[in-house]
Amino acid sequence: MIDPSGTHAKITVMNAIKKWLGLVWMALGPIAIYYMIRTAAEEIAAKPVIDTKIQWAVFIIVFLPIAIGLVIFGWYAFKNEYSQLPESSEDI
Amino acid sequence: MNQPTEKKKIWQVIAASSVGTLIEWYDFYIFGSLATVIANQFFPKTNPTAALLSTLATFAAGFIVRPFGALVFGRLGDLIGRKYTFLLTLIIMGGSTFAIGLVPGYATIGFAAPLIVLLLRLLQGLALGGEYGGAATYVAEHAPSHRRGYYTSWIQTTATLGLFLSLGVILATRHMLAPDIDTSIQRFNDWGWRIPFWVSILLVGVSIYIRLRMKESPLFSKIKSEGKISVNPLKESFGHKTNLKMVLLALFGATMGQGVVWYTGQFYAQSFLETVCRIDFDQSRTILIWGILFATPFFIVFGGWSDKIGRKWIMLAGMLLAISTYQFIFRQFMHITDQAGRTELVEQRKILDNKTEGPLQIITSDVHYSDGAVFREVVTSNKENGSTTTIYKDKKLDTGSYWKLVGWIFVLILYVTMVYGPIAAFLVELFPTRIRYTSMSLPYHIGNGVFGGLTPFIATLLTTIYVDNKLSGLWYTIIVGLVCFIIGAIYINNRIDPDVND
Repeated sequence: MIDPSGTHAKITVMNAIKKWLGLVWMALGPIAIYYMIRTAAEEIAAKPVIDTKIQWAVFIIVFLPIAIGLVIFGWYAFKNEYSQLPESSEDI
Repeated sequence: MNQPTEKKKIWQVIAASSVGTLIEWYDFYIFGSLATVIANQFFPKTNPTAALLSTLATFAAGFIVRPFGALVFGRLGDLIGRKYTFLLTLIIMGGSTFAIGLVPGYATIGFAAPLIVLLLRLLQGLALGGEYGGAATYVAEHAPSHRRGYYTSWIQTTATLGLFLSLGVILATRHMLAPDIDTSIQRFNDWGWRIPFWVSILLVGVSIYIRLRMKESPLFSKIKSEGKISVNPLKESFGHKTNLKMVLLALFGATMGQGVVWYTGQFYAQSFLETVCRIDFDQSRTILIWGILFATPFFIVFGGWSDKIGRKWIMLAGMLLAISTYQFIFRQFMHITDQAGRTELVEQRKILDNKTEGPLQIITSDVHYSDGAVFREVVTSNKENGSTTTIYKDKKLDTGSYWKLVGWIFVLILYVTMVYGPIAAFLVELFPTRIRYTSMSLPYHIGNGVFGGLTPFIATLLTTIYVDNKLSGLWYTIIVGLVCFIIGAIYINNRIDPDVND
């Protein structure tokens, strides 16, 4: 069937972008945590006082589950979960 | 089908919800705005344990506890109803704020003082975590579908107006405790700082009275009467993939970027003016007050507009404008407040202090400029190595520079109104009634409490790591905002849900 507006093709391309970007989000979580831990280690070594340790401990404790959430988000995107968003609560 | 409440009733609902939420924000901000004074009273630097508690009070309450409050009170709101839950958060917030104003200082009761203040601050964070989701849900569930963005945007003004109120009360109290300003500030630092905390109990009392007269949300009442209330909102919200994926999308595609834009525009900007540009205490606050006053109506403008063109692109446009212009705007802050290019009125220079500390000679002077600005200059000369450093602080700007800064702050808060104005309607429409309070509260408070709340700290931290670049603190906001913009643009759709009655 001919699709003169190219809507179907656009949706297909968009879904492919959503899917493959999922890999980027999955990689971004561990990269962010690695960078944070490395910076924390350098900063604590440079200023080994209690304030620095608490500050970085809080950052890592708080951002670790968020980074895991980003990996899950990326996984869902890669599995095409976001190709069609729910339009009513019946879909949820 | 959605049952639109009559116009008069919806305004009563908005007024009752907004006043309470505004007061909660006021309560939360006065602690932050008075952090230095409170630290001197309760967390002396000489005691390491007290200093530790100070750090915990600053970090834990604002960032860790708020999402927990969202879970605890979100669950309650989906189980027992919106009305009683956000009445409870108001009582907890008001009670703990008033109590902070009553706690004797470290000098009087010792170690118990910082411990009590920390506990009260944790309660504040918990209560705030539960308040917003309740108020936004409550208003949205009363609003007709074609005006949902407009009506919920009134709730969106409360956070900024709460900051406005807290700055106003603090400034007024600081100036009214004695006819002489120096004595007044001295009294404020000694005991007057407690007054803004006590004021809270009056505001909360009025708000509790108003909220007690309100009825439960019609949508919640309906699902309750039909026996469709969620048995386990936490499990339904985060244990089921279909809803969890929407929670994650709300966080990474909307609230994360919105949070950093909000906190950069209202808090990091103020911190930057004070610590990098070194503007006078009063001026840095009044500049923010004017900016807030001029920009606040735009929450309503963008909220209302989102009913016509959708929520998505208004929020994302605000995010994109913010991250692409921050470097320029903050550079303007430094340029406007720089002493270079000003002409000193040499005959008006007034030396305030000239002292010697070891090899250092420190001369403090007030320098007057032809445009009316007055900067405090501190010249430190080291007799041993012959080096000299000059810093300018407590800068009192001329009228032209002052209003230029107000203009730029207005632009920053305008971005805040774009990202924040439509977001309540956006979040409400994303989740079903039976788990709406829980589901929308968590991404909101992770986005705002964690990503947003940490902005001033991370930005300041970056400037201490990359010392040569005073604008390096902005990279945190720009990177988080950019990731959020890409996710939002690609994964979120611009559909306005016509029916949240499900």
